Amino acid sequence: LSNSTMVFKRFVQIGRVARVNFGKDEGKLCVIVNVVDLGKVLVEGPIEYTGVNRQKISIKRLDLTDFVVKVPLGARAGTVKKALEADDIVNKFKQSSEGKKLEIQKARAEMNDFDRFKLMVAKKTRTRAVKVKLAELRKSG
Amino acid sequence: KKMAIREFIVVGRKEPSEAEPNPPLYRMQVFARNEVIARSRFWYVLHAARKMKKTTGEILSVNEVVEKNPNTVKNFGMWLRYNSRSGIHNMYKEFRDTTLCGAVEQMYADMNGRHRARASSVHIIKTAVVKAEDTRRPNLKQMHNSKIKFPLTHIQPRASHKRYRAKFVTSRPTTFAG
Repeated sequence: LSNSTMVFKRFVQIGRVARVNFGKDEGKLCVIVNVVDLGKVLVEGPIEYTGVNRQKISIKRLDLTDFVVKVPLGARAGTVKKALEADDIVNKFKQSSEGKKLEIQKARAEMNDFDRFKLMVAKKTRTRAVKVKLAELRKSG
Repeated sequence: KKMAIREFIVVGRKEPSEAEPNPPLYRMQVFARNEVIARSRFWYVLHAARKMKKTTGEILSVNEVVEKNPNTVKNFGMWLRYNSRSGIHNMYKEFRDTTLCGAVEQMYADMNGRHRARASSVHIIKTAVVKAEDTRRPNLKQMHNSKIKFPLTHIQPRASHKRYRAKFVTSRPTTFAG
């Protein structure tokens, strides 16, 4: 079974960039630097770069991304930071579809009442424009 | 939730007397959840091994040993002695963890799950960091691969915080991580 026919495209591997999805570091990116066992990995931010400390973390708390950086087994903070900067992973992730979706989710969660009002008005305006145009097209045949 | 297991070094001796002004010191490595339990275990073992007890002896120091480098993954070998329902057995087990205390926690959980041996029935004879090439267990050896790579075949997504858990959900979860 070659990699091209593999169903899975994201692997737990040294250098895999992952997003923490649970706990106090939720939402932050980190790099898998070593594997403890099938359920836990050693992960490095580094802390000054993405905010994730070097720690043993459960794989259940990670969402794997599409990005992999080239770091050796057990790489330390400096190496990881250089690798992340070289490939500009943080920005690439923000521009990926996954990253964009997360930003939208975040924006939606941070809406205040006025934002929700603006959203309601915008939705109404758009629906109205569509309906008016549709009626026009129906009338003309 | 239980407190973490910590490693203590307890040093104690029989109280000095006229007959024996400088009794020998005994040092013991204890894995316990707090210092009180560490002291208690020290006397439990010393009372069995030597002719001294809490009332006739003194503990000179209790020091906690903190993991020197919790940021590297190590292989720990553990030699145990445990009570099963029908006898006492020796065992050698291996665990992979970043700290010795983490590995000891794994061991107690493992003994409980696999052999129904509760913590009180398990005695740690010796612990040691084992080099990857000297490990004996296949489930540890499978991790010794600098190009290790495996997919997450079946994930169970969960809310990022308890408060976001929904009581009723209209769609079945997606277990494919990609």
